[in-house]
Amino acid sequence: MDRIPILKLGGVLIVTIQVDMHDRLALALEEDLTAKIASTGARGVLIEISALEIVDSFIGRMLDNIAAISRVLDAETVVVGMRPAVAITLVELGLELTGIKTALNVERGMAMMQARLHEDDEDGSARARYED
Amino acid sequence: MRMTKTGARVPVTRTETLPIRSGDDVVRIRQAVRTRAIEAGLGLVDQTKIVTAASELARNALDYGGGGEVRVDVLQEGMRKGVRLSFSDQGPGIPDIQKALTDHYTTGGGLGLGLGGAKRLSNEFHIESAVGVGTRVTIARWK
Repeated sequence: MDRIPILKLGGVLIVTIQVDMHDRLALALEEDLTAKIASTGARGVLIEISALEIVDSFIGRMLDNIAAISRVLDAETVVVGMRPAVAITLVELGLELTGIKTALNVERGMAMMQARLHEDDEDGSARARYED
Repeated sequence: MRMTKTGARVPVTRTETLPIRSGDDVVRIRQAVRTRAIEAGLGLVDQTKIVTAASELARNALDYGGGGEVRVDVLQEGMRKGVRLSFSDQGPGIPDIQKALTDHYTTGGGLGLGLGGAKRLSNEFHIESAVGVGTRVTIARWK
């Protein structure tokens, strides 16, 4: 069965969806990402969807699920690269994607993640100093 | 119940019927609708809208109707071109169509946006359903 590759860059997992999503692929991605967050301790998940020609309620629910699972595992999800025509259609469809953070492109998405990772570092070093 | 006319007497320049039996069929239907929408000269946003509506309705037919089929028509009325899709299933039918059209109402595990969303994404929308017989949803999007 096809699987969508998951890359790790620092504390962030990166997924770029290049194929037309179908049910099994969506479920496999949810499972793989969950396992990978747990095994790597990643603090961020970046999902790049510029190749997706549509986002219907099925894919919307998958993105929502991934964001919810990540949150429970203390990782933040950012969806980046949505096509303008997809964004217009999503709003008319009624999908609000309330649980998901979005950014225009990978660069801005990574910047959002880095801000969070940086906060973590500061917390970590402050704690380290306190423990000393 | 008749919501809007869907140009039943409009000349059809091309027609094809595709099965809805699996998730893979939903993907194939999206691709076919995209091809026909381009053929009808729809712009990128209109293509995206009709393909998204097709995806919602095909999934409805699969999840709630136990599968079915879709007829894809390319329409031409004078200079005006469009795409019409007619989804039919022989499933349990919808007892309360108004309720089924309400956003976030679902009897399955979905988000409940399929029918209402497909209606908003189309220029024309027509639904007929009989309990125990099945459901037919017809939508059209014009250039």
